[in-house]
Amino acid sequence: MSHKKLKVSAIKNGTVIDHIPANHLFKVISILGLDKISNQITFGTNLESHKLNHKAIIKVTDKYFEDNEINKIALIAPTAKLNIIKDYEVIEKKVVDIPDEVVGIVKCFNPKCITNKEDITTRFSVVSKEELALKCHYCEKITSEEHLTII
Amino acid sequence: MKGKSLVSISDFSKDEIMEIVRLAGDFEANPGQPLLNGKVVASLFFEPSTRTRLSFETAINRLAGSVVGFTDSSSSSTTKGESLKDTIKMVSNYADLIVMRHPLEGSARYASEVSDVPVINAGDGANQHPTQTLLDLYSIYKTQGTLENLNIFLVGDLKYGRTVHSLLMAMSLFNPIFNFISPEELKMPEEYKMFLDSKGIRYFEHSEFTDIISEADILYMTRVQRERFSDPIEYEKVKNVYVLRNSMLDNTKDNLRILHPLPRVNEIHTDVDENPKAYYFEQAENGVYTRMAIMAAILGLK
Repeated sequence: MSHKKLKVSAIKNGTVIDHIPANHLFKVISILGLDKISNQITFGTNLESHKLNHKAIIKVTDKYFEDNEINKIALIAPTAKLNIIKDYEVIEKKVVDIPDEVVGIVKCFNPKCITNKEDITTRFSVVSKEELALKCHYCEKITSEEHLTII
Repeated sequence: MKGKSLVSISDFSKDEIMEIVRLAGDFEANPGQPLLNGKVVASLFFEPSTRTRLSFETAINRLAGSVVGFTDSSSSSTTKGESLKDTIKMVSNYADLIVMRHPLEGSARYASEVSDVPVINAGDGANQHPTQTLLDLYSIYKTQGTLENLNIFLVGDLKYGRTVHSLLMAMSLFNPIFNFISPEELKMPEEYKMFLDSKGIRYFEHSEFTDIISEADILYMTRVQRERFSDPIEYEKVKNVYVLRNSMLDNTKDNLRILHPLPRVNEIHTDVDENPKAYYFEQAENGVYTRMAIMAAILGLK
C-alpha cells in the first residue's frame, strides 16, 4: 500500500483515546460512560501496536474529558494516550497518569469497610503503581488490581 | 495533641507516644486528679466490649468527668436506621470528647472527619485499637524502664491479631528485635515484614514455641482462635502447641514480663499466674492510667 490507511476514521472535533490495552477496551467504555452518551463514537480493537501487543482506540466526537474522568482510565489503562482534536488537528496530547490519591472512583474491596455501608466518598492512597495497590483511607486495607471495582 | 483525634497508632508521633507514657505514669502516681470535672465524654459502643468500656469509663470517672452513651447498638438509634454520620453529628453537639467502638473498619476515621470534637477509637472492627497499643507501650516501659532496644516475642495468632500489628508498628520506632512464634497458618503477614525490612529492623520467625524465649524481654501472648482455621483438624493440631506453662519460664531473663491483651482462653496456663513475670492483669490496670493520659492530653488538660 502506498499510503497509510486509518483503520478507524478520523474525527473533526473531539478526543481520541489511543493505546488502550485491547482487553480493557470495554471496561474503558463503561468507566467513561460512553455507552450512555449520544455522541458519535468509533472504536477499533485488537489493532497492532509497537508498544502493546494488541491495542484498542476510541474516537469520541465533540467530547473533551475532565481530568478526574481521565484518572478513571488511568487505573485500568495506564498506557492510554489522549489526543485532543480540533478541526482534524491534534491540538493537545495528554498522557494519563495514575494519581497518588484516588477519590470517589474505586470501591473498597473490604466488605467490612464503612465506605461500603454508608454514603461516603471513597479515598485511597496509591501504594504501588506497578502492581496497582490502593490503600483505603478509612479501613486501611489494600485493594489490588484484581479486586478493583470502579464505582 | 490538643484537639486531635486518636484513630490509628500512627496518628501519634514518637514524641507524642512518649508524652502519653509519661502522663500515664503521672496518673498512676496521682490517680485523683479531677481534670474532667464539668466535661462530658460520650462512650458510644456500637458493639459490646466490656473490658474496654469499663476501662474507659473508670478512667473518665477517676478524672471526675461524666459519661453519656450506650453499651451496644441495640440501645442506640442505629436500630432505627440512623447513619453513623448523623449519630456522630448529634453526639458531637453534646459531648466534649467521643470514645467509639464500632464493628465496621474505617468507622473511627470517618467519625473523626464528621465530628466537631475529638474522637478516640476504641476499636474499629479488625482495623485499629490504638489505646490498647498505648497501654501495651506503657506496660513495656514500666517493666523495662525503656522502650528502646528490646527483644519482643509475639506468640500465637500473628496473622489476624490487630493488637500485635499495631504493637509492631509502634515498637518499630524504638529499635527492637522481633521474634514471631506462630503456626504456619497464622504467620505475620508479608506487608508487616516488608515494613520491618524497610526500617532495617531484625526479626526472626519460628513455628516452635521452645526455649528460644530465654532471650526475650517481653513475651506478648495472643489467642489462637478456632474460627481462624478452615480445617478444624489444623486447629486441633496447634491449639495446645502455643500454650505457655510455668516450667517454660525457668531459663528466661529476670526482666522478662508476659503480656496478653486478654481475654485468654488456654494459651497461658493458670500456673503462670503466680509467677512474678506474669504481668497481664497489671497490664489491664495500666489501661486505666493510659486512657486517663490520652483523654487529658487530647482535651488539652495536661
